[in-house]
Amino acid sequence: MDHHLILRVVTQILVAPILLYGLYVQFHGDFGPGGGFQAGVIFAVGFILYGIVFGLRRLRSKFPDYVIHRLVALGVLIYAGTGIVNMALGGNFLDYNTLSVNPVQGQHWGIIAVELGVGVTVFGVMMAIYYSFAGRPPSLDDKDW
Amino acid sequence: MELILTSLLFLALVTTAVAIAMVRRLFAVVMLAGVFSLLSALLFVLMDAVDVAFTEAAVGAGISSVLMLGTIALTARSEKKPTSYSLVPLSIVVLTGIVLIYGTLDMPNFGDANSPVQTHVGPDYISRTPTDIDVPNIVTAVLASYRGFDTLGEVTVVFTAGLGVVLLISGLGRRVRRKRGDQAATTSKEANS
Repeated sequence: MDHHLILRVVTQILVAPILLYGLYVQFHGDFGPGGGFQAGVIFAVGFILYGIVFGLRRLRSKFPDYVIHRLVALGVLIYAGTGIVNMALGGNFLDYNTLSVNPVQGQHWGIIAVELGVGVTVFGVMMAIYYSFAGRPPSLDDKDW
Repeated sequence: MELILTSLLFLALVTTAVAIAMVRRLFAVVMLAGVFSLLSALLFVLMDAVDVAFTEAAVGAGISSVLMLGTIALTARSEKKPTSYSLVPLSIVVLTGIVLIYGTLDMPNFGDANSPVQTHVGPDYISRTPTDIDVPNIVTAVLASYRGFDTLGEVTVVFTAGLGVVLLISGLGRRVRRKRGDQAATTSKEANS
C-alpha cells in the first residue's frame, strides 16, 4: 500500500493511541468495562493495522513468528501459574485470597494477574491467526478487490 | 426514546442482514458484516451490557473483518450466482425462525425483576462483591474470580483455536521441513565431497 499516502499518515498517527487504549482497557478492567480479552484484541488490532498498511514483512521483522507463538503459550501459563502459586501458598487453585495478607488485596492482585494472562494469550492468538492468513497469498492489487 | 432507538437499530440490523444475503461481491459482504457487528454493539449498549458491546465491537467489527478479508484474498472475490432457485431452504429458514420466535414467548420480559436471572445468583454476586473483592466492575469480579476456572477454560479454548489455525494454514511445517531438507541436502553434499 505504498501509494496510499493518507492511509500511511493516518496509520502512523493512530497506532500509538490504539496500543495505549489497549493497555488502558487491560489495566482498567476492574473499574470500567473491558478486561484482558478486549485489551488483547485491541492491542493486536494496533499491530494488524500497521501490518496491513506497511506490509506484513515489516511487521514480521519486528515481531517474528516464534515470539508470537511463545506469547500464546505464555498467557495460559501466567493464568494457570497464578493458580499454582495459590496452591503453593496453601489455598485452593485460583483462590486469590492467599496472594496477600489482606484477602481483598489478594483478590485485586489475582485478578490483575489472570487478566494479564488472558490479554497476552488473546493478543498472541490474534496475531498468529493474522500472520497465518496474511502470510499465505501473494498480495493483491487494489483493483482485484 | 429508548424504544425508538431500539426499533431503529433493529430495523437497520435487519436491513443489513438482508443486504448481506443479496450482495454478491464478497468485499461488500465483509464490510456489511462489520456494520452488522457495530449495530449489534450499539444494541448491547442500549441494553446496558457494555462489556459484551465492547467485545462485539472489537472482535466482530475489528478482527473478524480483517480475517474475512484475508480469507477472501485466499479464495474468491465474488459469490457464484445460484443456478436454480428452490423453495426448500427458504421454507426451512422461515420454519426455524417461527420456532425460535415461539420459543422466546416463554422467556421473561427484558429487564423483568422477577426473572430467574435476577432472583437466583445475580443478587448474591452483587451483594458479595463489595466485601469479597471490592472492584467496581462486578462483571470482572465474576469472570476473573468467582468463575476463574471457567475463564481459564476459555483461555485454553482460545489457545487451542490459535494453535489449530497456526498448524493448519500458517505453512510453518512446510517452512521447517524445507529448512531441514536444505540442511539434509547440504550435509549429504558435504558427505559426497
